[in-house]
Parts: sequence; structure tokens; C-alpha cells
Amino acid sequence: MNRSGSVEIDRLIQILARLPGLGPRSARRAVLHMLKKRDSLMAPLAAAITDVAEKVHVCATCGNLDTSEPCAICSDHRRNRSIICIVEEVADLWALERAGSFSGLYHVLGGVLSALDGVTPEDLNIASLIERAGSDEVEEVILATNATVDGQTTAHYITERLKDAGVAVTALAHGVPVGGELDYLDDGTLTAAMRARRPF
Amino acid sequence: MPPATEEYGLAQTAHDRAADNIVAVSTAASSGQMLRRLTLANFRNYRELDLRLTDIARPCPIVLAGPNGAGKTNLLEAISYLAPGRGIRGARLGDLTRLGAVGPWSVSARLQTPAGEIEVGTGMQAVAAKSAGETEGGGNGTDVEDPSSGRLPERRIVRIDGSACRPAGLARIATILWLTPRMDRLFVEGSSARRRFLDRLVLGLHVGHGREIAAYERAMRERLNLLTHHGVDGGDPAWLTALERQMAEHGVAVAAGRIDAIGHLTEQIANQPAGAFPKAVLALQGLLETGLQTMAALQVEEDFARKLAANRALDARSGRTSEGPHRSDMLATHMAKGLAANLCSTGEQKALLVGLLLANAAMLKAREDRPPILLLDEIAAHLDEAHRRALFESLLDLECQTWLTGTDMALFSPLGGDTLRLSVQDGQILEAA
Repeated sequence: MNRSGSVEIDRLIQILARLPGLGPRSARRAVLHMLKKRDSLMAPLAAAITDVAEKVHVCATCGNLDTSEPCAICSDHRRNRSIICIVEEVADLWALERAGSFSGLYHVLGGVLSALDGVTPEDLNIASLIERAGSDEVEEVILATNATVDGQTTAHYITERLKDAGVAVTALAHGVPVGGELDYLDDGTLTAAMRARRPF
Repeated sequence: MPPATEEYGLAQTAHDRAADNIVAVSTAASSGQMLRRLTLANFRNYRELDLRLTDIARPCPIVLAGPNGAGKTNLLEAISYLAPGRGIRGARLGDLTRLGAVGPWSVSARLQTPAGEIEVGTGMQAVAAKSAGETEGGGNGTDVEDPSSGRLPERRIVRIDGSACRPAGLARIATILWLTPRMDRLFVEGSSARRRFLDRLVLGLHVGHGREIAAYERAMRERLNLLTHHGVDGGDPAWLTALERQMAEHGVAVAAGRIDAIGHLTEQIANQPAGAFPKAVLALQGLLETGLQTMAALQVEEDFARKLAANRALDARSGRTSEGPHRSDMLATHMAKGLAANLCSTGEQKALLVGLLLANAAMLKAREDRPPILLLDEIAAHLDEAHRRALFESLLDLECQTWLTGTDMALFSPLGGDTLRLSVQDGQILEAA
């Protein structure tokens, strides 16, 4: 259906079109662009993709992506090993690392519970989390799932499962964003912020 | 790239030009909330419409008259999609597209608010099915895919001032309330229609209400899905518990919003002078609504979560959620007669309903400085002369932009000169003589 005339190009377009944020049209555009810059863009890209595909693994401990096993975060002994922060996806882990305000370890769930989409606790890295939290080293687990219905359901679920693990379970605060003006916040956010107020 | 139909400045066709240059009599300073321009494409029987109301100084009644099937109600329906929800008919998105149209429907409007003018657009976008778990945020900057590339689920898109937002975000922009002939049986029918009516009233005061309902319903569906597929323990009791906590949290927020809105409405009704339309006494009936009268919200939340846990076996057997705010009801009583609304005559029920709508509009105007836009479909035909006059007087007092439809323009003559009269014929609109 792409009809570039070449099977190889069509195959590349079809694969690219399956990437999030891309469709057939943008895939065609990307391929044409790469072919124009074969040496300066396409070859380095192909090498980089091969490199990443060969070397990057999912960390067996936390679910992070890295070339080393365990990952750089898990094997960094300067980090606080008594705190584990639970996130939905690796992208969330990266976001927290960019912020640079957390020096503990992570646990990537790989999604959220959703009965409607057929995502069950077995589909997520929850069993390994319970195991990690059970070790004597761990004192606190921070729930950093998204503030969506499924994200919060998952957080409640994990809390329930960690009841007997003997760790403190905390959650990220929901409320006024930094630099935000109250007048622009919706009712739900304001209510959450009011609920989560603290001594100042 | 947004579909071209959503852009403003469509090439004008002959009949659009005829709708231009509509002259209003009033010269008062511009104020209030109203549509200044309405553009339709492929909506029901409208191929293309560009209705400009630029010369109107302030909100006034707008009468749409024309023969049956001309497209009067369709125009009201188009406006109703500038609010969250499924419009005045509760139609499926795909059914709104004009028969024989090439592209999907769209409705856009320029809305004047106290804060300035806002461009609002909505329509149906057919999107290619996404793989499971992949959610597209925003949709800005992504390609509009080949319609031929796979299954096409229906999705409503909304843009406010050019940026994409969820339909629920429309509640922030405008409150649109309506009465249609099919609501005449509101007090006699099952509770779901009354709940929808109630929740639309609440939305005028609490813009987050729609999101709370959506969150509650999502958690409810997930819980039911677990119960029906895996039995009483849902395969994992902790998962059920987590979902029930979500239901309790959002369910109590829904109930609290309803109580607040009904409280303000009751106050408004009490303070209004007696008029042609009977006053109603409103009462909320529901597990959480009743609980919140006597207990703290957190306590009600906990009780509800416990109740849900206790109902698991029952709900798994019946395949539905037996208790919660999705089953609440709004009961109305004719104040003067002390008679339940469903026992009143058909005419009295209609009058009660009109009275409720007017009181709610007055309350929103007083409290939020945000008078709603009203859509009244075929209302004149169902009221006697005295009630018709009383309604028109109230509408002129309220200074809401009110869109009225009717087959006979003469019925609207008591509205006087400060009214825009349009004649609708076969999907075209002309200024009436």
C-alpha cells in the first residue's frame, strides 16, 4: 500500500509506522529524509539501534533499562537502599532522575492494573516488588503511580499487598504545581491539595 | 494537522451570506455569555452553515422557526455538543454525520464570555485503533492517519482556542442547559434520565463533576469486570478492595456535588417570588447522598467501601453494581399542592420542569456570574398562552442567550423586538421577515 516500488523501503516504512506518534505518512517522510542523509543520519541511526538492541537489558531487580545487569542505579552503592520508589514505566523513572531529588532505588511496574484492558497483577512486576520490600534492608516504599483511576487503583492494590511486609508506604503528594496559581486549578486538584496540606 | 472543517474562515456559500449582517435592535454594552458565531459542517441535515451573530450587543432570545424536518432541533443539537456529554438527543457520534457526507461532522463556535472571546470546536475524528496500553496524549502534532489503515473507532475531539482538550473540559467554557419534548416524561420515567438532568445542573456549578462521574464509572466497570469473570473474590481480593476505594472516593465526590447544587437551587427557589411556574421541592435519594446528610465525607467513604466489599457476591451473581451514586434519584414535589411530580398532570410536570430550569439559570447567573445558554426545543407549543408569556418574560429578565424552536413564528410574538428571528428551511437559515 506504500508503493515506493521497493520491497525494502516499504518494509522499513511499515515498521516505522508502528512506532508511537508515527503513522504511514510520517513514516514515509522519515524514510525519505533518512535516505537523503544516508551517511550523516541513516547509518549512525542504524548503528545506534543495533547497539541498543544488543546491549540494553531490563534490570532483573527493578525493571529499569540499562546495559549493565543489575542496572547502574541498582548497583550504585551511594544510593539509599532502604527506600524504593514505585513507578509505572521507565519514562517515569527517567522523569524522577531528571528531577534529581530522589537518591533511593526504583521499581518499575511495567503498567497499571486494568480489568477492562486485561492487565492483571501477574502482568505487572508486583510479585518481585513484594519480595524486595520483604527484605530487611528496605524501610520505605514510595508510590509514584500516575493520578489516574487505574494508577491510583494500582497504588491502593500495592498498599494492600504490602500490609504485612513491615515497610512504611508513602505516596507522592497531589496538589498545587510549583509555580501554579490557585485560580487556575481545577476543583479536584484543589481538593487534593487541601487534603494533603501540611505544617509549614 | 487539524481537519480543515475545524478551521474558521470557511469559504462562504450563498446561503451563508444571507445569514450575515443580522441586525439586533439593542445597543446596550456587550456583556454576558453567548455564541457569537456558529459554524457547522456535515452535521445532520446541514452541509455547511456559518451563522454570525456579531451585531448582537447582549444575550437575547433567538427563535428558529420552520416546517417539520427543516433542521431546527438539529441546530440546537449542534449547540448542545459545545457542552460535555452526548447532546440533547443522546445520539451516537457516527449518527450525527450528514448522510452522504465525505468527511466527519464538526461544530465550532465563537463564544463570548466575561473573560473574552473563546473559539470552541468539536467533532468526530475517526482514529486508527491503537495497540493495547498505548494512549495518545493530546493528539496535537500527530498525523491524521489514512482512513483506510484499519478499524475506525468513533472519538469526539474538542479544541478550545486551538488546543486539544477532553470533552469534559468544555464544562469550564460554558454551561448549556436544555429542555426537549422527550424530557416531558422526566418525572415519570426511570431514574437514569433524572440523574442525567441532575448531573448537568451540577456541572454548571462544579466543572469537575463530569470527571468525578467518569472516574467512578471506570472503577465500577473494572470491579464488575473482575467479579463477572473471576467470581466473588475477583481472582484477587486486594485488587477489588483497591477498586472499591476508588469508587468510594469518587462516588462521594459525585454525591457531594449533587447535594451542593440541589442546596443552592432550593435556596434560589425559596427566594423567588411565586410566578406562573410552580415551585418544586427537590430531594435527593441515594445511599451516599443520604449518608452525607448526617456523616462526615470520610466516614461515608469508608462505609461505602465496606458495603461494596459486602456486596461482592450479590453483584457477581446479578452482573451489576447494586448500590452507589449511579443509582441515585432526584425527587421533585409540587410545592403548592404537596403532590409528587410524577402524580401531577402532564402540563403541570412540564411547568415544574420549566420552573426548575429557570430557577437554575437564575441561580447560576447570581452565583457564578455565568448565565447559561438555554436550548428550548418546541417549548411554546406545549404551554398555554399565559405560561408562554410568563416564560418569555422570565427569559428576557434572565438575559440568557436562549435558542427556541417552533413551527409557527407567531407564537413568539410576545418576545418583542429584542429578539432575533430566524427561519430554518432544509438545512439553511435566513433572517425572518
